[in-house]
Amino acid sequence: MDAATSFYETPASTRFKGIWAWLLTTDHKRIGLMYLFGILFWFLVAVCLGGLIRLELMSPGADILSPELYNSAFTLHGVIMIFLFIIPGLPAAFGNFILPMQLGTDDVFFPKLNLLSWYLYMAGGLIAITALFSDGFADTGWTFYVPFSVSTQTNVSTSVFAAFILGFSSMLTGLNFITTIHRMRSPKMGWMQIPLFSWSLYATSWVQVLATPVVSITLVLVIVERFLNIGLFDPAKGGDPILYQHLFWMYSHPAVYIMILPGMGVISEIIPVFSRKSIFGYKAIVVSSMAIAVAGSLVWAHHMYTSGMSDTAVFVFSLLTFVVAIPSAIKVFSWVSTLYKGAIQMTPPLFLSLCFVYLFSVGGLTGLVLGAAGPDIHLHDTHFVVAHFHFTMFGGTAFAFFAALHYWWPKMFGRMYGFKKAYAASFLITGGFIFHYVPMFILGIQGMPRRYYDYLPQYAQGNFLAGFGALFMIAGILLMVYNLAITFRWERNAPANPWGGVTLEWQTPSPPPLHNFEADPDVPDYPYDFTGVTDPPG
Amino acid sequence: MGSSRNDETGKKLGMWLFLYTEIILFGGLFVLYAVYLTLHPQAFIDGGKQLSRTFGLINTIILLISSFAVAASITAVQKKQKKRALGALAATLGCGLIFLVNKYFEWGHKIHAGIYPNSERLLDGPPGENLFFGLYYVITGLHGLHIIIGMTVLAVAMGAVAQDRIRPNRLALLENAGLYWHLVDLIWIFIFPLFYLII
Repeated sequence: MDAATSFYETPASTRFKGIWAWLLTTDHKRIGLMYLFGILFWFLVAVCLGGLIRLELMSPGADILSPELYNSAFTLHGVIMIFLFIIPGLPAAFGNFILPMQLGTDDVFFPKLNLLSWYLYMAGGLIAITALFSDGFADTGWTFYVPFSVSTQTNVSTSVFAAFILGFSSMLTGLNFITTIHRMRSPKMGWMQIPLFSWSLYATSWVQVLATPVVSITLVLVIVERFLNIGLFDPAKGGDPILYQHLFWMYSHPAVYIMILPGMGVISEIIPVFSRKSIFGYKAIVVSSMAIAVAGSLVWAHHMYTSGMSDTAVFVFSLLTFVVAIPSAIKVFSWVSTLYKGAIQMTPPLFLSLCFVYLFSVGGLTGLVLGAAGPDIHLHDTHFVVAHFHFTMFGGTAFAFFAALHYWWPKMFGRMYGFKKAYAASFLITGGFIFHYVPMFILGIQGMPRRYYDYLPQYAQGNFLAGFGALFMIAGILLMVYNLAITFRWERNAPANPWGGVTLEWQTPSPPPLHNFEADPDVPDYPYDFTGVTDPPG
Repeated sequence: MGSSRNDETGKKLGMWLFLYTEIILFGGLFVLYAVYLTLHPQAFIDGGKQLSRTFGLINTIILLISSFAVAASITAVQKKQKKRALGALAATLGCGLIFLVNKYFEWGHKIHAGIYPNSERLLDGPPGENLFFGLYYVITGLHGLHIIIGMTVLAVAMGAVAQDRIRPNRLALLENAGLYWHLVDLIWIFIFPLFYLII
């Protein structure tokens, strides 16, 4: 076996052939790709659902969805996007593929557990589908708030169980990555030589391990309540429904950092490479990642200002929410400072990263509007909130996901895509995005609530504009997927290091061989030293 | 390049992280307990008096013995005393089984007395009592499930000892199974005073 033969030609266990070489593989690269295709599939499904929701809202009154169907549609959109796309998106797909290579090693620490996580992920998705075809998917929203989630007739138990399984999968991935980073890094690599994407995965993994069990037990309790009617959250039987919200957000707020931290890691990789300049404030970014992981776990009740908490609690959680904005801002300043006086080479990954920085900043700043207790009373549960979290989650995480796709595509598949279509697609997505979500900020301030299939006539114009933007956005996403997919028709043409990157994954051939490195990789003293790189990228 | 195959420390690190998630899992339930105890202290005390301390104490002792037996089995493997190791593991599994049988009788007794989730007696009584017994069933039920999982893992480890796949220098599977069992025991150490000894 030639050491340079790509992993596509060498199954991880030589016993298996064909489809089994994929389904029973322990190779982190194959598992990463299996995740990638699962995640892209679910992403497109949820995009279609989101499109349906927006089409329904383009004009007042019930047009294409009945009220019940509308409730299920936004629940399904939320559950799929959160649990099947954003949470696993970057860590499970790109983390699996890239992390071991960035650490200069050949696999994750627990390869079999890694495969199990993938099966749990797929099982979770299938169970969610089952719920759809049995008694109708849950109509509770992805938050599964009691008492409605306990009393509604739709199939909440199955949907909740799917979320439980997916949580387990995410937790095992986190556990695997922490152990990998501690025990499998190249012996030559010290903590302050770890690339920033790997650092962000480290912080993410800790949040996954720390926070996920809380939502697991909360979801178990919803199922228990539905079957046994104990009344742990039912005021008529002595329970307290607010406690459910506390338990739910104790996970689900840290979970938004599970979603955004790896995205920030991707951007921290891309910007220095295309500025040909060392990242500004490497240590500050590392520390801010860990600070976000810690502080982000202490702000959950800012989702509950209007639920009935004491003023003291509201004040404390509001203060902590402002504190967590600091490390995020540090990163934004670091990225911008890296670009400053850099030898900038525009490429699709950099273009998407710049869009990320802009959209994420808007999302972050509007988050402060909501984090302040006063304005939140007015804006709670309006379209302002919808616009805010789509700016952070879509404009943030999903744009980082797209940027990662364009950055690592030549490494993963050994094929380079056409830049023109990639730019056109990115431009359509970003332009559509702004048309789509900016009207929602205004609608929210005017008082349009979220999660309603109908609205008052004065909101018609904004909703029409938003629907219009959605069309551009979906067209852009389809163009992007098409542009990447057609590369499969070509011969492998990508060089090992098309961008002039200096992290270790660029020392491997494209696509990498089974054991990643042909020879023991050189670990640079500092992961972002571009002094030896002279070629322009692309 | 590091390799995971012979890295016993790494395997234990992974296990400790997993144990951490289990603690948080039960932690969520203990949070519920703490809040409802503060809201209904008297009902919780009255509820605690209805549970059999003898049963609880016996089960505590059984689990402590079983934890000792697991630890003994690891030492036995290290000293290459395979038969003793197998015996100690069998004792652990036996203790787990006795614990479950006790639990079965305890639950059966309560259910017979009309105390079970959503029963008329609990619905007509004070709300605090309903919460106390609701939490009792959820927490001890989840703990019982963990006992079953722990016994399964220990049975697998026992098979591995019998086939000599666990040796003094390759202990990770047995040690991790033991760690899991100790955790299940530890959680019971918290459950016991919270439900049985509360005055």
